[in-house]
Amino acid sequence: MSTNSITTQKVNFKVFRFNADDDYLPYYEDYNMEVTSEEVVLDILNRIKWDHDGSFSYRRSCRHGICGACAIKVNGRSTLACKESMTTMIEMFGTDLVLEPLSIKRSVKDMIIDKADFWDKHEAIHPYLISDIEEDPEHEHLVTPEQAEELLEADLCIQCGACHYACPVVEINEDFFGPAAFAKAYRFEADVRDDAHTERLLYLHEEKQGLWDCVKCFECAEVCPKEVNPIDKITKLHQMLFKKGVATSNVATRHAVGFKHSIVKRGVLDEGQLVLYSEGPSIIKHIPVAIKMFRKGKIAMPWAIPKSDNLDEIQKLVESSSTAKF
Amino acid sequence: MEKLKYALFTGCTAKQSTPEQMMSTLAVAEKLNIELVELTEASCCGASHLQDYDDFLSLVLNARNIAYAEKHGLTMVTICNTCQLNTAMTKHRLDNNADLKNKVNEKLKEVGLEYKGTSNITHFLYAIIDDIGLDKIKEMVVTPLSQFNIAPFYGCHNIRPSELQNGSHKTKEDPYNPTSLDDLIIACGGQTVEYLEKNKCCGFHVELQAPKTAAILTGNAIAGAMDGNADWMVTPCPLCHLKLDTQTHHASEAIGREVELPVLHMQQMIGLALGCSADELGLKHHLAEVNFV
Repeated sequence: MSTNSITTQKVNFKVFRFNADDDYLPYYEDYNMEVTSEEVVLDILNRIKWDHDGSFSYRRSCRHGICGACAIKVNGRSTLACKESMTTMIEMFGTDLVLEPLSIKRSVKDMIIDKADFWDKHEAIHPYLISDIEEDPEHEHLVTPEQAEELLEADLCIQCGACHYACPVVEINEDFFGPAAFAKAYRFEADVRDDAHTERLLYLHEEKQGLWDCVKCFECAEVCPKEVNPIDKITKLHQMLFKKGVATSNVATRHAVGFKHSIVKRGVLDEGQLVLYSEGPSIIKHIPVAIKMFRKGKIAMPWAIPKSDNLDEIQKLVESSSTAKF
Repeated sequence: MEKLKYALFTGCTAKQSTPEQMMSTLAVAEKLNIELVELTEASCCGASHLQDYDDFLSLVLNARNIAYAEKHGLTMVTICNTCQLNTAMTKHRLDNNADLKNKVNEKLKEVGLEYKGTSNITHFLYAIIDDIGLDKIKEMVVTPLSQFNIAPFYGCHNIRPSELQNGSHKTKEDPYNPTSLDDLIIACGGQTVEYLEKNKCCGFHVELQAPKTAAILTGNAIAGAMDGNADWMVTPCPLCHLKLDTQTHHASEAIGREVELPVLHMQQMIGLALGCSADELGLKHHLAEVNFV
């Protein structure tokens, strides 16, 4: 038990307010409050409602990091309000804190957002076991601890939406499934009881869903309150496509594989060859920029592209350590 | 000042599309009395893309690169955020999983190498701040950048995932409120520009497969810096540099607004403040022209 005494601090909260029924535009309301070191962000939301303005609206339920209802943004960072201590927030951002809904453009009332896009995508990945099971099985379907570990804690997701609305691609491309849905898809892809692995995987691999559009920014991994590490699961889905040998050729898969081709030949990357291999005839669209880059000495001629020393070692390792085929 | 010595992992772009980054790294190292032993045996880190295809192969190749730094008994310094991510991630995974480390070492043994885990891996930005210090930089400035508003662009793979990144250097960086590059700008005598996109993604990694997404992210970043009244941007990542410097046409089209700013490498900024010439820093290799020197 902590022996530290409880401390208090003055904090200025700037709180997003909007009622879609009445307001033309959102506005921010200021609340200056004494905050104790024991409080979490949800306590502040409660105090705003109970002590200042009963119309202030937000979602909350379990208060124990299980239901995923209370995720909001504090100074732009997705946060599960019931889990995040105010001390951490003050350490991170100081004593001027901005409280906003997970997605401003989806706000319905104050912190409450319309999460329909999140749930639509969640549903679209078929987030359940697909299996022809006997109605009267003679014994349980046993899963070994090692097999269960393959889920890599993807089953801990509480669907709070913190990662989904922290993802820059979700903001830009409304078709993109987003980190939460992909992590959930991985959870079922990694489950030995599921019989629809290849089918689900190929569906995710279709261009529209954007499995290959992840920008690798790690925003999702940073905000997940359950440490699901969604980007790691997106990477795992990419690897599964190759492992199962069902990855079809597109610019993204060729781009991933192209690195290996370059490494075998030179150890280092041949930038031009990589783009050519990835794009095929579409490389033509890159020519205007390539000309500009060439003029500025930003494109190495084929004979000037370096090679790693001890290239034979690299080639030997690629030969002996490759685990995927395309 | 005691001479610092590091093993330099240049990454691929420094030898191809960002020659100015290599030039300015060497120029700044000389000014700062740093000896860089280039790891000429190193391969590409896989840039997070080989990792999508063949995880084990990428671990073996990165472990090999680190093994060469270990042979020198030196800290490995990277000059690309994505090299830093993939190399540090490899180290983290091998140091925390004896079984995986053994499997990787079985392969490395075939070529007479071993990954031990004895070398640290840090980006040049943090090596400078941790080992030389901002005060020292400040003392050494001969041409303060006082007339410039400079927009720092951190690049994802130096600040996230923060647990991994903060394990690689002493400077504690908050991914939501990063300060290292701001501090460096101030040490060089410049004014920092505060803007929303400074710790956001430039879109580089999906330039081929999702060009529209990539262009919007690039456009937003430059527009944010422009609205903050920046004279130029500075980044520790050559991939961010490439995206922000060479893709302005697509970015402008995507966001419906003309955007362009000179985008300097962190090394070029330090070099300017320490009195290096435009030629030494390769300032002519930029598409968005660096016309203020």
